[in-house]
Amino acid sequence: MYRYDEFDHRFVRERVAEFRDQVSRRLTGALTEDEFRPLRLMNGLYLQLHAYMLRVAIPYGTLEARQMRMLAEIAERWDRGYGHFTTRQNIQFNWPKLRDVPEILEALASVEMHAIQTSGNCIRNVTADPLAGVGPDEIEDPRITAEVVRQWSSLHPEFVFLGRKFKIAVTATEEDRAALAVHDIALQIVRSEAGETGYRVLVGGGLGRTPMLARELRAFLPKRDLLPYLEAALRVYNLHGRRDNKFKARIKILVHELGIEEYRRQVEEEFARIEHGHIAVPADELARIGAYFAPPALPERTGTPVEFERMKKLDPAFAAWAAQNTHPHRVPGHVAATISLKPVGGVPGDATAEQMRVMADLAEAHSADELRVTKEQNVILPHVALADLYKVYRGLVAIGLDAPNRGLVTDIVACPGLDYCALATARSIPVAQAISNRFADPARQREIGPLAIKISGCINACGHHHIAHIGILGLDKAGVESYQITLGGESTAPAALGERTGPGFSYDEVPDVVEKIVETYLKLRETPRESFLQTYRRVGMEPFKEVLYAEAH
Amino acid sequence: MPRLIDRDGPAEDRWTTLGADDALPASGAVIVPLDRLEEAVDAVFDSAADSGLELGVHVPNNADPLRLRAGFDRLALISVEFPAFADGRGFSLGHRLRALGFKGRLRASGHVIADQFAYLLACGFDELALRDDVAERQPVEHFLKALKRISAGYQRGIPGRRSILDARRAARQGTNAAPR
Repeated sequence: MYRYDEFDHRFVRERVAEFRDQVSRRLTGALTEDEFRPLRLMNGLYLQLHAYMLRVAIPYGTLEARQMRMLAEIAERWDRGYGHFTTRQNIQFNWPKLRDVPEILEALASVEMHAIQTSGNCIRNVTADPLAGVGPDEIEDPRITAEVVRQWSSLHPEFVFLGRKFKIAVTATEEDRAALAVHDIALQIVRSEAGETGYRVLVGGGLGRTPMLARELRAFLPKRDLLPYLEAALRVYNLHGRRDNKFKARIKILVHELGIEEYRRQVEEEFARIEHGHIAVPADELARIGAYFAPPALPERTGTPVEFERMKKLDPAFAAWAAQNTHPHRVPGHVAATISLKPVGGVPGDATAEQMRVMADLAEAHSADELRVTKEQNVILPHVALADLYKVYRGLVAIGLDAPNRGLVTDIVACPGLDYCALATARSIPVAQAISNRFADPARQREIGPLAIKISGCINACGHHHIAHIGILGLDKAGVESYQITLGGESTAPAALGERTGPGFSYDEVPDVVEKIVETYLKLRETPRESFLQTYRRVGMEPFKEVLYAEAH
Repeated sequence: MPRLIDRDGPAEDRWTTLGADDALPASGAVIVPLDRLEEAVDAVFDSAADSGLELGVHVPNNADPLRLRAGFDRLALISVEFPAFADGRGFSLGHRLRALGFKGRLRASGHVIADQFAYLLACGFDELALRDDVAERQPVEHFLKALKRISAGYQRGIPGRRSILDARRAARQGTNAAPR
């Protein structure tokens, strides 16, 4: 886990002081509201429907126990006792007061955290595989690259006032757990045929009102060229991306309008002009950062612990949770355990201060002091010994975070929607809660199998509905909430954007609609092993459409 | 409040900005609009008489730096328009002009706020001609203070600014990590 040195500490503290000064200059009128707005956004501060919202960066989704505890403290001291983990591996506080924000930022700085560039038209907080350092098939820990990019992109003088937001994600495995295809730039760590480690670079993905999947920009980029290449890619975007229309200002539109070949040509031309040695990360700096991500020392444990087997037999709920919420670990005798923030009927991604503290305690005692936040709005304990798993589970039962539903129908992703967000056109959270209650029975959830439902309360798609197996988009039709349904979206390769079923449905109809879709799938699947997505890819939209719109004909 | 500032504070503006119809003077320092550049270059460099005129050009932030490159040695100043502070194209344009070898004075003109001044200098600009309404609200001290707010950045290769990466290296090698 990365540690701030004196330079990082100073940088973050200076940034807090700068923001304090910006707030006071806003109050004297030296800065107009228009001028202040992007400055506060670049420090994570939004003005929402009822209050300010502070989005705190959790770089590449990695947290230590002391950091999670500080989030709990912030929730208690300056908010209403809870926080909301987001689809971009960050956390949002919904009720801070503007005058408290500099103090909150100082509290974050004390545990090596900040809210820099979690919003605004700049390079946003870098995301990565939440199972970094866990899987046996990983080429190297993607967080090394993510940290290099985090530093390089922090207040990059040339790229702080881009045409639009810019999101970068990093992975290092064949399986994509970071939704690479919907990022402005995605870096997949790969090995060349010669055995050299480098990056496959994708560009131009994004959700929002014009969803697009990223295209390959470079099949192989040597590691040393990373920053010069990113600089070239960003410069071409900054100079030529559209500025006439906010909704056409993302890089995906530039790539689409120029064509990937022409965009590539311009990037390569700029890349060739750049003096690489001036910009690139020196090898010793890369080694310094890399050392922080050395795998934790986990004692290898052969065989399955007796206690683990015994408790599985004694406590079937534990057995179900262990089967559904764990992931294999490269070190024998260990797993990564998902803490689902989706209790039946709960608010997806919300955690109370008490829950955060218990998660921190469990991480400290049983997971090498580490936690991860996922884009599915859950938390992972990445390094748990099987022998300790029951203790972890009991700890989660005590705080109501023992839902055995990772990847199942109730593991619903939802944006804050009309309950909080100034941009929302419809509610998301209550829709998620209603669906979750409808499918509350754990046996039924297991019977249905892997199914990703994601809900956005407006066209900006923070709920990632385009890449959901069942996507739900809440719109405002003449003052009434209307929900469009999409089917067949997928975030991992081969990624796909969901297709619309047809006309939207009312707020009250949504749980029935989802249930009809699920029942149709259960009837159509060839074997219980054929997942919803596989069935959809085999049979297509028609059978679902027929069921959903039968009465209209 | 002076309208022109550089990293040391208020600066005297010895340049006259010409409009579309203003006649070229015989001497002095003038900034012409981009569409009059050819005419001005002809007048200054190709006339038989040795002109005493120093030439600058004002360009929009979507100007093609490659097309300006041919005239670099004849231009003592390039002024880049910043139409709105949130339109950051000028930062990349400034960087590119420097990377392509422009050695004259680089000016930003328009809506730039105090908090952006350090970014301007880091992108190769020398000075800022402020818009009147910004100058009225934001005194020169705000701009100078803003320069000192962040003492070092994470990027490398930026002349005149301390790089955290290079400072770390220097510290590791036991040498003096003084600003470059």
